Amino acid sequence: MNTGGNLLDRVQASLGAQALETGMAHGILVLQIAPESLAPMVDRLKREFGFDLFLDVTATDWPQRRPRFDVVYHFYSTRDFVRVRLKTRVEEADPTVDTLVPLYGSARYMERECHEMYGIRFRDNDDLRPLLLYEGFVGHPLRKDYPKQKEQPLVPYRDVQP
Amino acid sequence: MSLPPLTTLPNPIRPAFTKGLTPGSVIVNIGPSHPATHGTIQIVAEISGERVVRTDVHCGYLHRGFEKECESHTWHTLIPYVDRLNYCSALINDFAYCEAVEKLMGIELTPRCRHLRTLLAEYSRIADHLTCVAAALMEMGAMTAFLYLVTIRDYVYEHIADLTGARVTHSYGRIGGLARDLPDGWLKRLEEILDQMDTFVDRVHGLVDRNRIFIDRMRDVGVIATAEAINWGFTGPILRSTGAPRDLRKDTPYLSYGELEFEIPVGIKGDNYDRYYVRMREIDESKHMIRQLIDLLQPGPVSVDDRRCTLPDKEAVYTEIEALINHFKLIMDGPQVPAGEAYSAHEGANGELGFYLVSVGGGVPWKVHCRSPSFVHMGGVHKMLDGYQLADLVPTFGSINMIGGECDR
Repeated sequence: MNTGGNLLDRVQASLGAQALETGMAHGILVLQIAPESLAPMVDRLKREFGFDLFLDVTATDWPQRRPRFDVVYHFYSTRDFVRVRLKTRVEEADPTVDTLVPLYGSARYMERECHEMYGIRFRDNDDLRPLLLYEGFVGHPLRKDYPKQKEQPLVPYRDVQP
Repeated sequence: MSLPPLTTLPNPIRPAFTKGLTPGSVIVNIGPSHPATHGTIQIVAEISGERVVRTDVHCGYLHRGFEKECESHTWHTLIPYVDRLNYCSALINDFAYCEAVEKLMGIELTPRCRHLRTLLAEYSRIADHLTCVAAALMEMGAMTAFLYLVTIRDYVYEHIADLTGARVTHSYGRIGGLARDLPDGWLKRLEEILDQMDTFVDRVHGLVDRNRIFIDRMRDVGVIATAEAINWGFTGPILRSTGAPRDLRKDTPYLSYGELEFEIPVGIKGDNYDRYYVRMREIDESKHMIRQLIDLLQPGPVSVDDRRCTLPDKEAVYTEIEALINHFKLIMDGPQVPAGEAYSAHEGANGELGFYLVSVGGGVPWKVHCRSPSFVHMGGVHKMLDGYQLADLVPTFGSINMIGGECDR
């Protein structure tokens, strides 16, 4: 029996006070939170409410807005079959959030990707080496101010003979 | 200018370790292009004798900037890129992406479209599982089993090409519907192929299931427990092989899955053999679902009648000014998607395939993010490689079915 709806109500009632904003969007509970409450809130989501599967972390770039970045997390409960989205805003000058590696092993790889694509720093994640890009790549390609056509060949192009 | 000498070429990766932990161990580099692994992936492994001590897995050799590219295309014209994520089951990507856009636009599909999408998703899942099992068997030397499975897979590809015009990357999904309806006789041929599939899949069961060599290579190799699999983000056949009956088609029914009767095959202990068997059983379940869907299919439109996303009939475009403008606006500006964000997840052939979309209104997405199962699996694959023999790396990696397109995006 799917009890997911009740669970989301309970999560909202219990964690809503620590969130800046809550709401439902297309069946997913969305909690907008401050960066410093991320780690304690995820800890409660996992231990109290059973959100055991860390699905995804990514960021959204809003160049005209302060703070500039949304860091977006998705969690899933393999017992109640519902999803929660956490969103937190970070400044361009200090795009730092806590790492979730102590809670979920899968965060290790996904934080690496978010770091190289958006330049989000995950405090205490000691392995933020490039993953999809290569060692020495300059910039963060999914930021809106990174030109799509820019090229950074690892091996220099050969001159084309006329 | 000539190329610099090889010795000065920069290394694209920085390995996590360059010195062994145990005396006498050796660091070897496997890939990114290795004849015994399918998929372009680099594994830096520390081996002690024949035993793998630890591994450092590097992906990204197929990175094409999918998400960046999507931000300069309309919601419709990026569908061909979506196809190229998991190119073994491209239709599942199409439908998962389209559903996320439809959520944002508040579109409800026609019954025929829902059933057809479900049918084609299951058909693609069969093709994906056939590819995975065939390649994994071939890498262990089972050439006959490989040929049986790719023979039937080729029937499937040719058959889907009759419908979509392409064998592998179909671009067949449309926001609010499908590109076109089934051609005449397509369902009849589908039933023929399903019957032939029974024959070929049974032959493979007969060849390998109780084969001593196969069991020795697969049983108790690459074992992962349920709790660990969830911690490392595994979903799909890998999670089910550990004994957890978790399947989005059952747990959060979408498309027509709520109306179908099917089982979720699970394994016993999450080793390579279980992953092989779960995939083979899922082929059976998909066939069962397809047969039910053939009965459910009723005539009707395949696309919603919604001028925000569906192209008008060609005849109307040439005779009525409203239809012409509608066509022009849909092509040039793209479908107007209201501002908002949506996450839609389908049970892909490899696990949870999610699309997280952000719209600021208008015809071009602000952000398209793909939560691809293969990428997440690569983050935890070392758990299945470490501690086994170097030669086990090949069947274990084969049983995970890493698809470079969706892993590296």
